[in-house]
Amino acid sequence: MTDVTASGVPGAITTSDGVPLKVSLARATRRQRMQALLLVMPLLLFLLVAFVLPIGEMLFRSIYSPIGPNVLPNFSKVIHEWDGEDLPPEAVFEVFVKDMTKAKESNEIGKTIGNLATRVNYEIPGSRGLFTKSARKVKNITEGPYKEALIALDKRWENQHIWRTLQRISSNYTASFYLAATDRKYNEDNEIVRADPLYQIYLPILGKTLWLSALITFICLLIAYPVSYLLATLPLRTSNLLMIMVLLPFWTSLLVRTTAWIAMLQTEGIVNNILVFTRVISEESRIQMIYNQTGTIVAMVHILLPFMILPLYSVMKTIPPYYMRAARSLGATGTYSFIKVYFPQTIPGIAAGTLLVFILAIGYYITPALVGGSDGLLISNLIADHIKKTLNWSLGSALGAILLAIVLIFYWIYNKLVGVDNLKFG
Amino acid sequence: MKKFLTTSLSILALGAVSTAASAEGSITAVSWGGAYTKSQVKAYHEPFTAKTGIKINSVDYSGGVAEVKAQVEAGNVSWDIVDVELSDAVRGCDEGIFEKIDHSTLPAGADGKPAQEDFLPGTLHECAVANIVWSTIYAYDDTKIGDKKPTTMADFFDTKTWAGKRGLRKGPKPNLEFALIADGIAAKDVYAELAKPEAIDRAFAKLATIKGDVVWWEAGAQPPQLLADGEVLMTTAYNGRIFNAVAAESKPFVIVWDGQVWDIDLWAIPKGAPNKDKAMEFLKFSTETEQLANQAKYIAYGPARLSSAPLVGKYEDGKIDMGPQMPTAPNNLTNAVQNDFEWWADNQDALNERFNAWLAQ
Repeated sequence: MTDVTASGVPGAITTSDGVPLKVSLARATRRQRMQALLLVMPLLLFLLVAFVLPIGEMLFRSIYSPIGPNVLPNFSKVIHEWDGEDLPPEAVFEVFVKDMTKAKESNEIGKTIGNLATRVNYEIPGSRGLFTKSARKVKNITEGPYKEALIALDKRWENQHIWRTLQRISSNYTASFYLAATDRKYNEDNEIVRADPLYQIYLPILGKTLWLSALITFICLLIAYPVSYLLATLPLRTSNLLMIMVLLPFWTSLLVRTTAWIAMLQTEGIVNNILVFTRVISEESRIQMIYNQTGTIVAMVHILLPFMILPLYSVMKTIPPYYMRAARSLGATGTYSFIKVYFPQTIPGIAAGTLLVFILAIGYYITPALVGGSDGLLISNLIADHIKKTLNWSLGSALGAILLAIVLIFYWIYNKLVGVDNLKFG
Repeated sequence: MKKFLTTSLSILALGAVSTAASAEGSITAVSWGGAYTKSQVKAYHEPFTAKTGIKINSVDYSGGVAEVKAQVEAGNVSWDIVDVELSDAVRGCDEGIFEKIDHSTLPAGADGKPAQEDFLPGTLHECAVANIVWSTIYAYDDTKIGDKKPTTMADFFDTKTWAGKRGLRKGPKPNLEFALIADGIAAKDVYAELAKPEAIDRAFAKLATIKGDVVWWEAGAQPPQLLADGEVLMTTAYNGRIFNAVAAESKPFVIVWDGQVWDIDLWAIPKGAPNKDKAMEFLKFSTETEQLANQAKYIAYGPARLSSAPLVGKYEDGKIDMGPQMPTAPNNLTNAVQNDFEWWADNQDALNERFNAWLAQ
């Protein structure tokens, strides 16, 4: 019991030369682990560059907005001392006028009056012109009293709301894009309030996106379940043909499939023409089936269907047919044995299929953009709008971050309910 | 040996020729595509290449300054000159993504008037130079409209007399203007009216009266297609697109000019453009009196120079007189207004949100 090994732990197993077995084993496997690491390195690097960094940048952009301090560097330092009552003191006005004069000369991206005007306009719609117009004249104010001179330039400088907003955006970090993304804003007293109902857009659309994605997932499941069952149980010849019919659309371009639906469903399209021809509906009452929510649902169900069928099929394929026969021979009815024996075994496939379809649907962009019309738009279309059209990248990022959070939450709930280990993608 | 020498010499000479050609270089000009880009290629690009040897790569985009902003911010600018709307020119200039342009360096008009006086008022911007005047109007298909023809903006909103779908651009601009004009405001007073908050409610209320009948379009090429397919009975559209459908494809479309909202397109040069000097040369060349007047031969957009107007002749087929097809023709201007970019710059973010919320209801 007094035997002390090299590592100093009594009773540990050592190799013949006295090195502890653990250390020796680690040394032997290190080489293998390094090789394995080198093999996955390209993928890791790819994920880092193409996935982690952009998403990190997006998350950062949604809270980082340095326009205030960039355009008005000195003002941003002194405005913090203002207590928010009445108007800022004369000294602050002086710094503001000087910063504005300097910023007017600037031609550097992110440091111009235009950038500041756009930023404030997000907070107070309609205030853009106050900044761009005043900036053109502000260089004429060369001596005090600066406060009166600025107000003489434009009455709106008397408005406390403008100064409270300038104070708020004088920091590099802001929560206002997340507020905007949840239909909230700061009111004139710096309190967070709901936006005017006429301007509320993001939460309703987000709700609609979740609801439509759930609906699409459910419809996919209803359609895919019997199809997968046929695929898994029919004789090989027939099931192969069926499989090709599932896979062919899957291999066809997304755009082709979406435009095919436009050709099918438009008011002068194939479906309406057949209905009119067979006198089911009259010429005047052609049904609007595309450029609205219905169009979005139909096209997205069709496009996402293979993502439901394939996991279901791969699970059903592994269920031995004699389980059902055994249940029947023990006296269970067809329905009962299906519910008690067959269905529970397909749950991993259902879980995988619904998770896949739901997550794909929630971020879908092209199809709703093409066939969504006015009421079939999803949250991703609004994000694209902010990135491409309005150029409010921060708001787009905040919306994207919220969407990402929702997907992660759903994944977590799913993991708790079904267990990710139970998923079977095929 | 002699043969070898001549061969190598001629190869060298060939090389010299090709380097000379590439020294002339090329620039990338970005515009809106379709009939519009075609008119620019005919009237600007081809004569410019013939004159200077500089080649022009034509790239299409769908408007907005997002791509320019992304290129400039990333420090990787590949566009040399971009055709932009006025509101985008102002915004891009404010945010510092376009080069400033010295107007005194622009060539004088054909009649010798300096550029600052020759260009229509408001069409020279500190970062951009206008080339054309275009307009948003509405049009209908003459063969499907019936005996009674619509003549005013109010008729567009009258779905009782003319039952059928309407095409509108998906966005608040210039639908709010149209709605107010249809509701009885004179076109020239529209922006004074829009300054009042209740006018916006009024405009949305007017749009709501036809909301159920609207097919929303986004790209300029869509409205003529919607009309041709019979998807809509009337649609708002850019006047040049409708004109081209009529002139080049013999479609029976009719333009209603009442309540038109006209606007200008300008050339702007992104900051850090790889061939900035050549782009500037091209900008000056293409906005000369002659080139602007020539462009009107291919599309019904008005030249931005006063001195070009008298030179506007016939359409390329030599039959249609282009003068009356211009948004700026006196007969078309009886009830018209210029798009107020300052008002839109102030209000478009908020109104976009309100519009989208209204649309999704």
